[in-house]
Amino acid sequence: MKIVVPIKRVVDYNVKVRPLGDQSDVDLNNVKMAMNPFCEIAIEEAVRLKEAGTATEVIAVTVGKTDSQEQLRTALALGADRAILVETDSLLEPLAIAKALSKVIEAESPQLVILGKQAIDGDNNQTGQMLAALLNYGQATFASEISIDGNSASVTREIDGGLQTIQVSLPAIVTTDLRLNEPRYASLPNIMKAKKKELDVQPIDAMGLDTAPRMELLSVELPAARQEGIKVESVEELVGKLKNEAKVIS
Amino acid sequence: MSTLVIAEHDNTNLKPATLNTVAAANVIGGAVHILVAGHSCQSVADEAAAVDGVEKVILADDSAYENQLAESTANLIKLISSDYSHILAPATTFGKNVLPRLSALLDVQQISEITEVVSEDTFKRPIYAGSCIATVKSSDAVKVITVRATAFDPVDASGGSASVESISADGVSDLSSFVNEEIAQSDRPELTAASIVISGGRGMQSGDNFHLLETIADKLGAAVGASRAAVDAGFVPNDYQVGQTGKIVAPDLYIAVGISGAIQHLAGMKDSKVIVAINKDEDAPIFQVADYGLVADLFNALPELSEQL
Repeated sequence: MKIVVPIKRVVDYNVKVRPLGDQSDVDLNNVKMAMNPFCEIAIEEAVRLKEAGTATEVIAVTVGKTDSQEQLRTALALGADRAILVETDSLLEPLAIAKALSKVIEAESPQLVILGKQAIDGDNNQTGQMLAALLNYGQATFASEISIDGNSASVTREIDGGLQTIQVSLPAIVTTDLRLNEPRYASLPNIMKAKKKELDVQPIDAMGLDTAPRMELLSVELPAARQEGIKVESVEELVGKLKNEAKVIS
Repeated sequence: MSTLVIAEHDNTNLKPATLNTVAAANVIGGAVHILVAGHSCQSVADEAAAVDGVEKVILADDSAYENQLAESTANLIKLISSDYSHILAPATTFGKNVLPRLSALLDVQQISEITEVVSEDTFKRPIYAGSCIATVKSSDAVKVITVRATAFDPVDASGGSASVESISADGVSDLSSFVNEEIAQSDRPELTAASIVISGGRGMQSGDNFHLLETIADKLGAAVGASRAAVDAGFVPNDYQVGQTGKIVAPDLYIAVGISGAIQHLAGMKDSKVIVAINKDEDAPIFQVADYGLVADLFNALPELSEQL
């Protein structure tokens, strides 16, 4: 079984992102970049399926600029067998990214596609579901457990009220939630080995897709700041304030 | 201009997030219709028809929609989409599952989790865990949108008298099927609907210690939540999680106990009206958003708080 894992290069989750001075966009000058945390979970799950003998090959894919090769190398160091960069100089929206990924998946015809449920930059939570629609595959989003059973997968999903298990025919799209697994760290020998693994670059222009933006970013601003609070000295004072000042308890 | 709101429900009751979504539809303007897709869900359609300001309810009552799986639900919405300029669903795990699939079927770039309607084509939405707010303008013919429920005050659940039109199942998919569900049972209010929430973090040290929060929650009629750190540590299940990748809450009172206040947690609760933080580390970032901060050991403070309520 072949597994494709689409990943994304994003601002590191520890970075506090701020708007540019003219509020035209976020300020990404000199910030640390990393693989989206949910994508690390997706890579880990695919690699574990390979280690368990269920999968035979894991292919990491990303759609982005040349510098996204860095995150593909990380994926290779974590255990992916080869990588594909669909190269573009434009900042694409999720629909356009899903279209590009669908072309790669049509060419590779994997049985399973695992990707993160959302990227922590745009917080859109769209690409996996869109990809499933474009390919007419079944989808199992927000997965906390995956088991492969012949021509289908049984996936436990984290939903608002608890957990839901569904059966989805393969090939299928699975998006990862946080508790699916705990990703490993890449070891130094594996980082060295990853440099020699195959990384294929495909220009997006050759795919003949409509990737024109549908949304215009008008401005980026800071959220309204909260008024500065106070420190109370005791539980008694706290309860008093909540009753008499904030009036939120009686 | 007219808007279709996708109802969130459990085949018996309409979920409150639907009312917040109708509120967002009202700001956009034009007629508002609600789609109820489910099985044996006439009671939900009746509830939806009573929602203030709704003109029509479309009811698709069929076993194919019992569990509202994404494939069949998205296909159904697509089939009736041509009548609408906007299609909205709450940004719950249901809405987040179905709407992007619909959006790709319609070749539309979805606008996720809006917190403000600026005009019929322009919306505000948080990005980077709420560190920034983006204003975006969509050029798509149909706007497919998920709505952050806490950002819109709910419309009245009564006062409306919409007509109910039944439609048959169509475009049913067998790509996925329901196996089972484990829905957490609790006498406490739902996290996203509670007017008071008390949450614990890694500082709680164990799942057992959450009973300290539960005692207080029961006195206040509050829901119990948790930070991702507490969920990851296995103290409580994931449906407790408040934050960027969990639930978004905005109660009248949010009490954060033993939570340091990572940006990912703040993203899920900083729009609460009053925030209380109890933490023994006086430099914890949670104090920067707290209206009332108490620097104390939670194992002393919680029993004392419980006693005084």
